[in-house]
Amino acid sequence: MDIATQSIDGGFAEPVFNAQTVFRAIMDAMARPGTVQNLPQLARPPAPLSATAGAVALSLCDNDTPVWLDPPLQAEASVKAWLGFHTGAPLANTPADAHFALIANPKEMAALDGFAQGTQEYPDRSTTLILLVDDLASGPSLLLEGPGIERTSMIAPPGMPRHFVEQCKQNNQRFPRGVDIILAAPGSLSCLPRTTRIKLMEA
Amino acid sequence: MYVAVKGGEAAIANAHRLLADRRRGDRSVPALRLDQIVEQLALGVDRVMSEGSLYDRELAALAIAQARGDMIEAIFLVRAYRTTLPRFGYTNPVDTGAMQIERRISATYKDLPGGQVLGPTFDYTHRLLDPELAAGAEVETPAQRPAEPEAMPRVSAILAHEGLIEADGEMPLDHVPGDITREPLQFPMARDIRLQALSRGDEGFLLALGYSTQRGYARNHPFVGEVRIGEVELELDVPELPFAVPLGSIRVTECQMVNQFKGSAKAPPQFTRGYGLVFGQSERKAMAMALCDRALRAGELGEDVVAAAQDEEFVISHSDNVQATGFVEHLKLPHYVDFQAELGLVRRMRAEYEARENEDKAEEKREAAE
Amino acid sequence: MNAQSNDIATYNFAYLDEQTKRMIRRAILKGIAIPGYQVPFASREMPMPYGWGTGGVQVTASIIGPDDVLKVIDQGADDTTNAVSIRAFFKKVAKVAVTTETAKASIIQTRHRIPEHPLNAGQVLVFQVPIPEPLRFLEPRETETRKMHALEEYGLMHVKLYEDIAKHGRIATTYAYPVKVEGRYVTDPSPTPKFDNPKMHRSPALQLFGAGREKRIYAVPPFTDVVSLDFEDHPFEVQTFDQPCALCGAENVYLDEVILDDHGGHMFVCSDTDHCEKRRADGHHGHLAPETHLASEETEPAE
Repeated sequence: MDIATQSIDGGFAEPVFNAQTVFRAIMDAMARPGTVQNLPQLARPPAPLSATAGAVALSLCDNDTPVWLDPPLQAEASVKAWLGFHTGAPLANTPADAHFALIANPKEMAALDGFAQGTQEYPDRSTTLILLVDDLASGPSLLLEGPGIERTSMIAPPGMPRHFVEQCKQNNQRFPRGVDIILAAPGSLSCLPRTTRIKLMEA
Repeated sequence: MYVAVKGGEAAIANAHRLLADRRRGDRSVPALRLDQIVEQLALGVDRVMSEGSLYDRELAALAIAQARGDMIEAIFLVRAYRTTLPRFGYTNPVDTGAMQIERRISATYKDLPGGQVLGPTFDYTHRLLDPELAAGAEVETPAQRPAEPEAMPRVSAILAHEGLIEADGEMPLDHVPGDITREPLQFPMARDIRLQALSRGDEGFLLALGYSTQRGYARNHPFVGEVRIGEVELELDVPELPFAVPLGSIRVTECQMVNQFKGSAKAPPQFTRGYGLVFGQSERKAMAMALCDRALRAGELGEDVVAAAQDEEFVISHSDNVQATGFVEHLKLPHYVDFQAELGLVRRMRAEYEARENEDKAEEKREAAE
Repeated sequence: MNAQSNDIATYNFAYLDEQTKRMIRRAILKGIAIPGYQVPFASREMPMPYGWGTGGVQVTASIIGPDDVLKVIDQGADDTTNAVSIRAFFKKVAKVAVTTETAKASIIQTRHRIPEHPLNAGQVLVFQVPIPEPLRFLEPRETETRKMHALEEYGLMHVKLYEDIAKHGRIATTYAYPVKVEGRYVTDPSPTPKFDNPKMHRSPALQLFGAGREKRIYAVPPFTDVVSLDFEDHPFEVQTFDQPCALCGAENVYLDEVILDDHGGHMFVCSDTDHCEKRRADGHHGHLAPETHLASEETEPAE
């Protein structure tokens, strides 16, 4: 398939209702950090962008939201063409300009504080990170506390960035500034807003 | 025996039915057609387009009819429709210097290239009610002459030759024009954003503020450099094409105020500008807008902010009549839950007050008895 | 465009265009991530006036889907005219099922009350907010209040509340009583009576706040601390009523005063009409209850 065909195929079949379905999953996940929200396959983006991450991008990104792609995604012309065609989102020049960042390889990703953190007056002007993960259960267990969590919650995404727990701690300390994270796994997603306090569970 | 009131839905439906009846009025009188409104109440249509921020005469006429002639209601109808429209692109800035002019006057020069053109103005009409109009008398066709071959440069350009007026709207080269319908307002705001807000602002509110500057609340010595009304071309850049695509033309009113300025720590003595641009024919609005624009540039020009018209947050936050009418009129909605809370508090404080009074009186009596 | 044709104007599902929904959805996510912080958003004109719930309507329109069940209340009642009107709007533009039963709703849009029936984890409560800035009446300038929030500088609010105590012997704020969310942002709970403030604290439901005219969205995620401002010597307390609901006999609920005649006769009844009807259907009686039970309204099917 050539890039032109790839870039046109694989969008939402029902843009209005699919976008709503995906958004509600993200909203519920953001409101209840650590819960896993199931999501049917609604988008078929070119690899290495995943169906879930692609659907998240379709439901949230548009001309008003510069998107930053990590090197593996950046390297794929078809991914850029697909995002450009379906969302119209411009590519951000640097992580600090991005409203959203799509990260296919979280393990190698830039530090959290390299993305837009918002300002003390406008902490909402920060990057939302969309991390592609293989699943939400096979990695080291993370214990979560904070708003949206009654007592504690747990999630175990594999292949997270280096020093992730420490980076999240610093992200907490920057509050109200900071980044929010959407973990996009095959068939499901989960969120870690900047308020969530994360500890590594002892094995 | 008490039964809670029900039937809100039926009451609303009936109210709307009655509204439709009152809007139609006496059925023996022919119903207004939209083309009649477009043709014969054209300045009302222009105001609705301007403050409704949607250039469509027919929809504006429909809104006026639907609103029974209530202009703010009509503006509201148009706004609530336009907000749902998808955005296809942004036209290039219109060139008012190349306007097909129907009216153009300057108060600063007796004569100027292109001349003074009175056009269809109420100015110099004697405001005498006209029984012939009521009787539906025939109207003469207008006198016409061939258009002047001479260009009609904007007066500000003429002044600029001498270097006596500030440059026209300087923005940094990389400035992307804002869009108040797509981004939340933020104070302080850039002038392009402010002008957008003023252009859709309430005519009456801007008129009163502009008037206040003339009466000394931030006086800024205005002259009407020029008012011009006419048609301007709209063009859209399409990436696939090497030229801008013409989309048609719209009628606008532009006012350039020229304000004397003695200079400040920030700027040399020179003439400064206030700018007004609105859809359709509305000199009053364009002039009031230009006065307000100039007043709101106080900070930029190093003037003291001493009056309401200079206060950006005050002016822009309250200039939108759709917002204002909504919030004022929402006081009609039930507030009995909050009123109950206040009632409880006042009763309690009143009881305490009376208890104190009684105690004081009893005390006085005791003292008197002793 | 032909003004005479019937399709002169067509509207998207839930009225708003998709670009607008995305913009509002992004603001909602930021609001959830920064509890109590007012996220600026490019509020749209809605087909009802500003001040009549346009913020709440925009939030609801952006989150609602065809499977949602919507409840709309104003003053706690489903049958107040503006609640009826907003419910009818969503029935028309989103074709969703509507209900008056708190427990059956997935989205509850409200003006001035939080339902008496405890909310559960699946529910979203959408508040209509007139003035989202709790500091606005102390400082009218947005440029100033934004700085105060940025610096967490809330001394002015405490001074104001303490002046109340000095003058009136108590904090004389009975509704829109300011709260602190998750120990950081001082936030306006919307003009609910302070009676409802404790219901916001660690509620299992997601609480979203929309202020259309003022162009702000904010949120309180589930299980988030919401503390009403007070002083050690003057702790926060809610309104109490001397008598139970005259219709259902409920105590510890918020009551409306109903005037019965022009000689000062009055009675107190539940402000939450659904709660009151449920109790009466369950056989509870107040001292002025009519003999016959009012059947509670069933969920109305989608149109």
